[in-house]
Amino acid sequence: MLSGAEWAVIALSLRVSLVAMLVTLPPAYALAWLIARRRFPGRMLLDAAIHLPLVLPPVVTGWLLLIVLGRNGPVGGWLESNFGITLVFNWLGAAVAAAVMALPLMVRAMRLSIEAVDRRLVGAARTLGATPLKAFLTITLPLSLPGIAAGAMLGFARSLGEFGATITFAANIEGQTRTLPLAIYTGLQVPGSESAVTRLAVISIVLSLGALLASEWLVRRSQGSRAHVL
Amino acid sequence: MSFDVDLELTLGDQRIAIAFASDAKLAALVGPSGAGKTSVLNAISGLLKPSSGRVAVAGNMLFDSAAKLDVPPDQRRAGYVFQDARLFPHRRVSANLAYGEKLARPAEVWITRGEVCDLLEIGALLDRWPATLSGGETRRVAIARALLAAPKFLLLDEPLSSLDPARAERLAALIERIRDELAIPILLVSHSASEVERLADQVVTMPSPSERPIDS
Repeated sequence: MLSGAEWAVIALSLRVSLVAMLVTLPPAYALAWLIARRRFPGRMLLDAAIHLPLVLPPVVTGWLLLIVLGRNGPVGGWLESNFGITLVFNWLGAAVAAAVMALPLMVRAMRLSIEAVDRRLVGAARTLGATPLKAFLTITLPLSLPGIAAGAMLGFARSLGEFGATITFAANIEGQTRTLPLAIYTGLQVPGSESAVTRLAVISIVLSLGALLASEWLVRRSQGSRAHVL
Repeated sequence: MSFDVDLELTLGDQRIAIAFASDAKLAALVGPSGAGKTSVLNAISGLLKPSSGRVAVAGNMLFDSAAKLDVPPDQRRAGYVFQDARLFPHRRVSANLAYGEKLARPAEVWITRGEVCDLLEIGALLDRWPATLSGGETRRVAIARALLAAPKFLLLDEPLSSLDPARAERLAALIERIRDELAIPILLVSHSASEVERLADQVVTMPSPSERPIDS
Protein backbone atom coordinates (compact mmCIF):
# COMPACT_ATOMS: atom_id res chain seq x y z
CA MET A 1 0.00 0.00 0.00
CA LEU A 2 2.75 2.38 0.95
CA SER A 3 6.04 2.58 -0.88
CA GLY A 4 9.36 2.30 0.91
CA ALA A 5 9.98 5.99 0.36
CA GLU A 6 6.65 6.82 2.01
CA TRP A 7 7.44 4.66 5.03
CA ALA A 8 10.77 6.48 5.27
CA VAL A 9 8.94 9.82 5.29
CA ILE A 10 6.68 8.62 8.12
CA ALA A 11 9.60 7.26 10.14
CA LEU A 12 11.52 10.51 9.70
CA SER A 13 8.49 12.59 10.69
CA LEU A 14 7.94 10.54 13.84
CA ARG A 15 11.60 10.71 14.77
CA VAL A 16 11.82 14.48 14.22
CA SER A 17 8.59 15.15 16.15
CA LEU A 18 9.41 12.82 19.02
CA VAL A 19 12.91 14.22 19.48
CA ALA A 20 11.63 17.80 19.21
CA MET A 21 8.92 17.13 21.80
CA LEU A 22 11.14 15.26 24.28
CA VAL A 23 13.98 17.78 24.09
CA THR A 24 11.59 20.71 24.53
CA LEU A 25 9.67 19.19 27.44
CA PRO A 26 12.06 20.05 30.33
CA PRO A 27 12.89 23.64 29.26
CA ALA A 28 9.24 24.29 28.40
CA TYR A 29 8.16 23.17 31.87
CA ALA A 30 10.90 25.25 33.51
CA LEU A 31 9.82 28.33 31.55
CA ALA A 32 6.15 27.65 32.32
CA TRP A 33 6.93 27.40 36.03
CA LEU A 34 9.04 30.56 35.94
CA ILE A 35 6.28 32.59 34.30
CA ALA A 36 3.51 31.06 36.42
CA ARG A 37 5.20 31.30 39.80
CA ARG A 38 7.90 33.97 39.80
CA ARG A 39 7.75 37.72 39.51
CA PHE A 40 10.92 39.18 38.09
CA PRO A 41 11.88 42.08 35.86
CA GLY A 42 11.68 41.07 32.21
CA ARG A 43 9.01 38.44 32.86
CA MET A 44 6.62 39.98 30.34
CA LEU A 45 9.43 40.21 27.80
CA LEU A 46 10.33 36.54 28.32
CA ASP A 47 6.69 35.56 27.95
CA ALA A 48 6.44 37.56 24.72
CA ALA A 49 9.68 36.09 23.36
CA ILE A 50 8.42 32.54 24.00
CA HIS A 51 5.21 33.34 22.13
CA LEU A 52 7.00 34.93 19.20
CA PRO A 53 7.12 31.76 17.02
CA LEU A 54 3.34 31.51 17.42
CA VAL A 55 2.68 34.89 15.80
CA LEU A 56 5.66 35.32 13.48
CA PRO A 57 5.42 33.98 9.93
CA PRO A 58 7.14 30.56 10.23
CA VAL A 59 9.43 31.56 7.36
CA VAL A 60 10.76 34.39 9.49
CA THR A 61 11.38 32.01 12.39
CA GLY A 62 13.24 29.70 9.99
CA TRP A 63 15.28 32.60 8.67
CA LEU A 64 16.18 33.69 12.23
CA LEU A 65 17.26 30.12 13.00
CA LEU A 66 19.39 30.15 9.90
CA ILE A 67 21.09 33.36 11.03
CA VAL A 68 21.75 32.12 14.56
CA LEU A 69 22.29 28.39 14.03
CA GLY A 70 23.51 28.31 10.42
CA ARG A 71 27.13 27.42 9.67
CA ASN A 72 28.13 31.07 9.73
CA GLY A 73 25.89 31.96 12.63
CA PRO A 74 27.31 32.64 16.10
CA VAL A 75 25.86 29.49 17.72
CA GLY A 76 25.94 27.31 14.60
CA GLY A 77 29.60 28.11 13.92
CA TRP A 78 30.50 27.38 17.52
CA LEU A 79 28.66 24.04 17.44
CA GLU A 80 30.42 23.04 14.25
CA SER A 81 33.95 24.01 15.26
CA ASN A 82 33.70 22.56 18.78
CA PHE A 83 31.49 19.51 18.37
CA GLY A 84 31.34 18.96 14.63
CA ILE A 85 27.55 19.31 14.73
CA THR A 86 25.76 20.97 11.83
CA LEU A 87 22.04 21.56 12.03
CA VAL A 88 21.32 22.88 8.55
CA PHE A 89 20.21 20.39 5.91
CA ASN A 90 19.80 17.38 8.22
CA TRP A 91 17.13 15.85 10.45
CA LEU A 92 18.53 17.49 13.60
CA GLY A 93 17.87 20.86 12.01
CA ALA A 94 14.30 19.80 11.24
CA ALA A 95 13.91 18.79 14.90
CA VAL A 96 15.28 22.15 16.08
CA ALA A 97 12.85 24.03 13.84
CA ALA A 98 9.95 21.88 15.08
CA ALA A 99 11.03 22.35 18.71
CA VAL A 100 11.12 26.14 18.43
CA MET A 101 7.69 26.18 16.81
CA ALA A 102 6.28 23.78 19.43
CA LEU A 103 7.71 25.63 22.44
CA PRO A 104 5.00 28.31 22.81
CA LEU A 105 2.15 25.79 22.72
CA MET A 106 3.87 23.55 25.25
CA VAL A 107 4.69 26.42 27.62
CA ARG A 108 1.11 27.67 27.39
CA ALA A 109 -0.49 24.35 28.29
CA MET A 110 1.92 23.70 31.15
CA ARG A 111 1.70 27.22 32.51
CA LEU A 112 -2.07 26.99 32.77
CA SER A 113 -1.86 23.72 34.67
CA ILE A 114 0.82 25.06 37.04
CA GLU A 115 -1.29 28.15 37.71
CA ALA A 116 -4.21 25.84 38.48
CA VAL A 117 -2.23 24.16 41.29
CA ASP A 118 -3.34 25.77 44.55
CA ARG A 119 -0.33 27.58 45.99
CA ARG A 120 -1.78 27.15 49.44
CA LEU A 121 -1.09 23.43 49.11
CA VAL A 122 2.57 24.26 48.58
CA GLY A 123 2.44 26.40 51.75
CA ALA A 124 0.91 23.48 53.64
CA ALA A 125 3.71 21.20 52.43
CA ARG A 126 6.29 23.74 53.62
CA THR A 127 4.84 23.87 57.14
CA LEU A 128 4.94 20.05 57.21
CA GLY A 129 8.70 20.19 56.72
CA ALA A 130 9.16 20.14 52.93
CA THR A 131 11.92 22.22 51.37
CA PRO A 132 10.88 24.28 48.33
CA LEU A 133 12.30 21.58 46.02
CA LYS A 134 10.55 18.76 47.88
CA ALA A 135 7.27 20.68 47.82
CA PHE A 136 7.66 21.22 44.08
CA LEU A 137 8.39 17.54 43.40
CA THR A 138 5.57 16.21 45.57
CA ILE A 139 2.84 18.82 45.03
CA THR A 140 3.26 21.11 42.02
CA LEU A 141 4.75 18.55 39.63
CA PRO A 142 2.25 15.69 40.13
CA LEU A 143 -0.74 18.05 40.20
CA SER A 144 0.34 19.67 36.92
CA LEU A 145 0.80 16.30 35.19
CA PRO A 146 -2.32 16.69 33.00
CA GLY A 147 -0.85 19.93 31.65
CA ILE A 148 2.45 18.22 30.95
CA ALA A 149 0.65 15.51 28.97
CA ALA A 150 -1.45 18.07 27.12
CA GLY A 151 1.63 20.18 26.38
CA ALA A 152 3.59 17.17 25.14
CA MET A 153 0.76 16.18 22.82
CA LEU A 154 0.35 19.69 21.46
CA GLY A 155 4.10 19.93 20.93
CA PHE A 156 4.21 16.58 19.16
CA ALA A 157 1.26 17.42 16.92
CA ARG A 158 2.68 20.87 16.14
CA SER A 159 6.03 19.28 15.26
CA LEU A 160 4.35 16.78 12.94
CA GLY A 161 2.73 19.64 11.05
CA GLU A 162 5.73 21.97 11.00
CA PHE A 163 6.43 23.28 7.50
CA GLY A 164 7.56 26.88 7.07
CA ALA A 165 10.43 27.10 9.53
CA THR A 166 11.65 23.61 8.59
CA ILE A 167 11.81 24.24 4.84
CA THR A 168 13.53 27.59 5.43
CA PHE A 169 16.05 26.44 8.00
CA ALA A 170 16.63 22.73 7.27
CA ALA A 171 15.56 22.71 3.59
CA ASN A 172 13.62 19.99 1.78
CA ILE A 173 16.04 17.07 1.41
CA GLU A 174 14.68 13.59 0.84
CA GLY A 175 15.55 11.22 3.67
CA GLN A 176 16.99 14.07 5.75
CA THR A 177 14.48 16.84 6.29
CA ARG A 178 11.53 15.89 4.08
CA THR A 179 8.91 15.27 6.73
CA LEU A 180 5.24 14.57 5.98
CA PRO A 181 4.14 18.16 5.20
CA LEU A 182 7.22 18.73 3.05
CA ALA A 183 6.65 15.46 1.21
CA ILE A 184 3.03 16.41 0.56
CA TYR A 185 4.14 19.82 -0.68
CA THR A 186 6.73 18.19 -2.94
CA GLY A 187 4.12 15.74 -4.25
CA LEU A 188 1.84 18.60 -5.17
CA GLN A 189 4.58 20.04 -7.40
CA VAL A 190 4.84 16.79 -9.39
CA PRO A 191 2.01 16.00 -11.85
CA GLY A 192 0.48 12.55 -11.42
CA SER A 193 1.29 12.03 -7.74
CA GLU A 194 -2.21 12.76 -6.46
CA SER A 195 -2.65 9.29 -4.96
CA ALA A 196 0.65 9.53 -3.08
CA VAL A 197 -0.39 12.95 -1.72
CA THR A 198 -3.72 11.50 -0.61
CA ARG A 199 -2.03 8.61 1.20
CA LEU A 200 0.37 10.94 3.03
CA ALA A 201 -2.45 13.32 3.95
CA VAL A 202 -4.51 10.47 5.41
CA ILE A 203 -1.49 9.33 7.40
CA SER A 204 -1.05 12.88 8.74
CA ILE A 205 -4.65 12.88 9.93
CA VAL A 206 -4.28 9.45 11.55
CA LEU A 207 -1.07 10.41 13.36
CA SER A 208 -2.46 13.72 14.65
CA LEU A 209 -5.65 12.03 15.81
CA GLY A 210 -3.56 9.34 17.47
CA ALA A 211 -1.54 11.95 19.36
CA LEU A 212 -4.74 13.65 20.54
CA LEU A 213 -6.29 10.38 21.75
CA ALA A 214 -3.06 9.27 23.41
CA SER A 215 -2.78 12.46 25.43
CA GLU A 216 -6.44 12.29 26.40
CA TRP A 217 -5.84 8.73 27.60
CA LEU A 218 -2.72 9.83 29.54
CA VAL A 219 -4.62 12.62 31.26
CA ARG A 220 -7.44 10.28 32.19
CA ARG A 221 -5.04 7.68 33.48
CA SER A 222 -3.11 10.17 35.62
CA GLN A 223 -6.37 11.20 37.28
CA GLY A 224 -7.98 7.79 36.91
CA SER A 225 -7.28 6.37 40.33
CA ARG A 226 -8.91 9.39 41.94
CA ALA A 227 -11.74 9.69 39.46
CA HIS A 228 -12.53 6.06 40.09
CA VAL A 229 -13.53 6.49 43.71
CA LEU A 230 -15.35 9.76 43.23
CA MET B 1 7.24 31.98 77.00
CA SER B 2 5.23 29.80 74.66
CA PHE B 3 4.50 32.63 72.22
CA ASP B 4 6.43 35.88 72.11
CA VAL B 5 5.31 37.91 69.13
CA ASP B 6 5.89 41.53 68.21
CA LEU B 7 5.47 42.19 64.54
CA GLU B 8 4.24 44.46 61.83
CA LEU B 9 2.60 43.14 58.66
CA THR B 10 1.86 45.02 55.48
CA LEU B 11 -1.03 43.61 53.47
CA GLY B 12 -1.84 45.73 50.45
CA ASP B 13 -2.51 49.15 51.95
CA GLN B 14 -3.35 47.76 55.38
CA ARG B 15 -0.87 47.69 58.20
CA ILE B 16 -1.25 45.29 61.08
CA ALA B 17 0.82 45.70 64.20
CA ILE B 18 0.46 43.15 66.97
CA ALA B 19 2.43 42.37 70.09
CA PHE B 20 1.68 39.72 72.64
CA ALA B 21 3.45 37.34 74.95
CA SER B 22 1.78 34.28 76.32
CA ASP B 23 2.68 31.48 78.64
CA ALA B 24 -0.69 29.82 78.36
CA LYS B 25 -1.07 26.26 77.09
CA LEU B 26 -3.68 27.52 74.71
CA ALA B 27 -3.89 31.16 73.72
CA ALA B 28 -6.71 32.48 71.56
CA LEU B 29 -6.37 35.23 69.00
CA VAL B 30 -9.69 37.00 68.57
CA GLY B 31 -10.98 39.95 66.60
CA PRO B 32 -13.39 40.88 63.84
CA SER B 33 -13.01 39.21 60.47
CA GLY B 34 -10.62 41.11 58.26
CA ALA B 35 -8.48 42.10 61.24
CA GLY B 36 -5.65 39.86 60.00
CA LYS B 37 -5.81 36.92 62.40
CA THR B 38 -4.91 34.37 59.73
CA SER B 39 -2.11 36.64 58.52
CA VAL B 40 -0.61 36.53 62.01
CA LEU B 41 -0.69 32.70 61.92
CA ASN B 42 0.89 32.80 58.47
CA ALA B 43 3.64 35.06 59.80
CA ILE B 44 4.29 32.77 62.78
CA SER B 45 4.45 29.71 60.51
CA GLY B 46 6.81 31.48 58.11
CA LEU B 47 4.46 31.55 55.12
CA LEU B 48 4.21 35.33 55.26
CA LYS B 49 7.15 37.59 55.90
CA PRO B 50 6.49 40.44 58.35
CA SER B 51 7.81 43.86 57.39
CA SER B 52 9.48 44.05 60.78
CA GLY B 53 9.49 42.62 64.26
CA ARG B 54 10.27 39.30 65.86
CA VAL B 55 8.62 35.97 66.52
CA ALA B 56 9.72 33.47 69.14
CA VAL B 57 7.84 30.30 70.00
CA ALA B 58 8.66 27.89 72.82
CA GLY B 59 11.98 29.62 73.35
CA ASN B 60 13.07 29.42 69.72
CA MET B 61 13.62 32.62 67.80
CA LEU B 62 11.96 32.14 64.39
CA PHE B 63 12.03 35.63 62.98
CA ASP B 64 13.94 38.73 63.97
CA SER B 65 14.16 41.55 61.46
CA ALA B 66 16.83 43.35 63.50
CA ALA B 67 19.09 40.27 63.40
CA LYS B 68 18.04 39.44 59.81
CA LEU B 69 16.83 36.07 61.04
CA ASP B 70 14.06 34.37 59.06
CA VAL B 71 13.80 30.62 59.67
CA PRO B 72 12.17 28.98 56.61
CA PRO B 73 8.74 27.38 57.18
CA ASP B 74 10.03 23.82 56.83
CA GLN B 75 12.39 24.36 59.78
CA ARG B 76 9.93 26.18 62.04
CA ARG B 77 8.06 22.99 62.90
CA ALA B 78 4.63 24.60 63.14
CA GLY B 79 1.68 22.24 63.28
CA TYR B 80 -0.54 24.51 61.22
CA VAL B 81 -4.16 23.42 60.82
CA PHE B 82 -5.53 25.67 58.09
CA GLN B 83 -9.12 26.81 58.08
CA ASP B 84 -9.46 25.25 54.61
CA ALA B 85 -7.57 22.09 55.75
CA ARG B 86 -5.48 21.97 52.55
CA LEU B 87 -5.29 18.20 52.34
CA PHE B 88 -3.33 17.11 49.26
CA PRO B 89 -6.01 16.05 46.76
CA HIS B 90 -3.76 13.59 44.90
CA ARG B 91 -2.88 11.57 48.00
CA ARG B 92 -5.08 9.28 50.04
CA VAL B 93 -5.61 10.11 53.71
CA SER B 94 -2.81 7.72 54.77
CA ALA B 95 -0.40 9.37 52.30
CA ASN B 96 -1.45 12.80 53.56
CA LEU B 97 -0.58 11.68 57.09
CA ALA B 98 2.71 10.19 55.90
CA TYR B 99 3.78 13.45 54.25
CA GLY B 100 4.95 15.26 57.38
CA GLU B 101 5.55 12.01 59.26
CA LYS B 102 8.33 11.04 56.85
CA LEU B 103 9.92 14.49 56.95
CA ALA B 104 10.04 14.63 60.77
CA ARG B 105 13.25 13.73 62.54
CA PRO B 106 12.66 10.39 64.32
CA ALA B 107 14.17 11.72 67.56
CA GLU B 108 11.63 14.54 67.67
CA VAL B 109 8.50 12.49 67.05
CA TRP B 110 6.29 12.55 70.12
CA ILE B 111 3.15 10.84 68.89
CA THR B 112 2.67 7.73 66.79
CA ARG B 113 0.28 7.19 63.92
CA GLY B 114 -1.71 4.70 66.00
CA GLU B 115 -2.12 7.21 68.83
CA VAL B 116 -3.15 9.95 66.43
CA CYS B 117 -5.69 7.69 64.72
CA ASP B 118 -7.19 6.76 68.09
CA LEU B 119 -7.20 10.33 69.36
CA LEU B 120 -8.89 11.70 66.25
CA GLU B 121 -10.90 8.59 65.32
CA ILE B 122 -9.70 8.51 61.75
CA GLY B 123 -8.53 4.88 61.54
CA ALA B 124 -11.37 4.02 59.17
CA LEU B 125 -10.56 6.89 56.80
CA LEU B 126 -7.01 5.95 55.86
CA ASP B 127 -7.80 4.55 52.40
CA ARG B 128 -10.15 7.38 51.41
CA TRP B 129 -9.39 10.25 49.04
CA PRO B 130 -9.68 13.75 50.58
CA ALA B 131 -12.45 14.69 48.14
CA THR B 132 -14.70 12.00 49.65
CA LEU B 133 -14.40 13.22 53.28
CA SER B 134 -17.03 15.25 55.13
CA GLY B 135 -16.12 18.64 56.63
CA GLY B 136 -15.54 17.20 60.09
CA GLU B 137 -13.48 14.29 58.77
CA THR B 138 -11.36 16.66 56.68
CA ARG B 139 -10.69 18.82 59.73
CA ARG B 140 -9.70 15.80 61.85
CA VAL B 141 -7.34 14.47 59.16
CA ALA B 142 -5.77 17.92 58.86
CA ILE B 143 -5.14 17.99 62.61
CA ALA B 144 -3.73 14.44 62.49
CA ARG B 145 -1.42 15.35 59.62
CA ALA B 146 -0.12 18.36 61.55
CA LEU B 147 0.46 16.33 64.75
CA LEU B 148 2.39 13.59 62.89
CA ALA B 149 4.91 16.11 61.53
CA ALA B 150 6.30 16.32 65.09
CA PRO B 151 5.46 20.01 65.52
CA LYS B 152 6.87 22.11 68.34
CA PHE B 153 3.68 24.20 68.49
CA LEU B 154 0.17 24.20 67.02
CA LEU B 155 -1.60 26.90 65.05
CA LEU B 156 -5.35 26.24 64.75
CA ASP B 157 -7.29 28.50 62.40
CA GLU B 158 -11.03 28.43 63.18
CA PRO B 159 -10.97 24.67 63.82
CA LEU B 160 -14.66 24.47 64.76
CA SER B 161 -16.19 26.80 62.18
CA SER B 162 -18.73 25.46 59.70
CA LEU B 163 -19.22 22.22 61.64
CA ASP B 164 -22.60 21.10 62.94
CA PRO B 165 -22.98 21.49 66.75
CA ALA B 166 -22.44 17.80 67.55
CA ARG B 167 -19.24 17.57 65.55
CA ALA B 168 -18.01 20.93 66.86
CA GLU B 169 -18.55 19.64 70.39
CA ARG B 170 -16.54 16.48 69.71
CA LEU B 171 -13.72 18.42 68.11
CA ALA B 172 -13.69 20.94 70.99
CA ALA B 173 -13.37 18.06 73.47
CA LEU B 174 -10.52 16.75 71.36
CA ILE B 175 -8.69 20.08 71.36
CA GLU B 176 -9.08 20.10 75.15
CA ARG B 177 -7.45 16.69 75.29
CA ILE B 178 -4.60 17.82 73.06
CA ARG B 179 -4.20 20.91 75.24
CA ASP B 180 -4.17 18.93 78.50
CA GLU B 181 -2.34 15.78 77.44
CA LEU B 182 0.22 17.00 74.93
CA ALA B 183 2.75 19.48 76.17
CA ILE B 184 2.99 21.83 73.19
CA PRO B 185 1.83 25.44 73.00
CA ILE B 186 -1.29 26.10 70.95
CA LEU B 187 -2.44 29.33 69.30
CA LEU B 188 -6.09 29.28 68.30
CA VAL B 189 -7.81 31.74 66.00
CA SER B 190 -11.53 32.04 66.54
CA HIS B 191 -14.41 34.47 66.36
CA SER B 192 -16.65 32.41 68.63
CA ALA B 193 -16.76 33.76 72.17
CA SER B 194 -18.01 30.48 73.68
CA GLU B 195 -15.30 28.48 71.94
CA VAL B 196 -12.62 30.85 73.22
CA GLU B 197 -14.01 30.86 76.73
CA ARG B 198 -14.06 27.09 76.83
CA LEU B 199 -10.62 26.38 75.35
CA ALA B 200 -8.30 29.30 75.97
CA ASP B 201 -6.22 30.15 79.02
CA GLN B 202 -5.40 33.52 77.58
CA VAL B 203 -7.08 35.79 75.06
CA VAL B 204 -5.27 38.15 72.71
CA THR B 205 -7.38 40.70 70.88
CA MET B 206 -6.34 41.84 67.42
CA PRO B 207 -5.84 45.60 67.21
CA SER B 208 -7.82 47.20 64.41
CA PRO B 209 -5.70 47.57 61.29
CA SER B 210 -4.55 51.00 60.26
CA GLU B 211 -4.26 52.50 56.81
CA ARG B 212 -0.69 52.62 55.70
CA PRO B 213 0.53 56.19 55.56
CA ILE B 214 0.99 57.26 51.97
CA ASP B 215 4.66 57.49 51.11
CA SER B 216 5.54 61.05 50.29
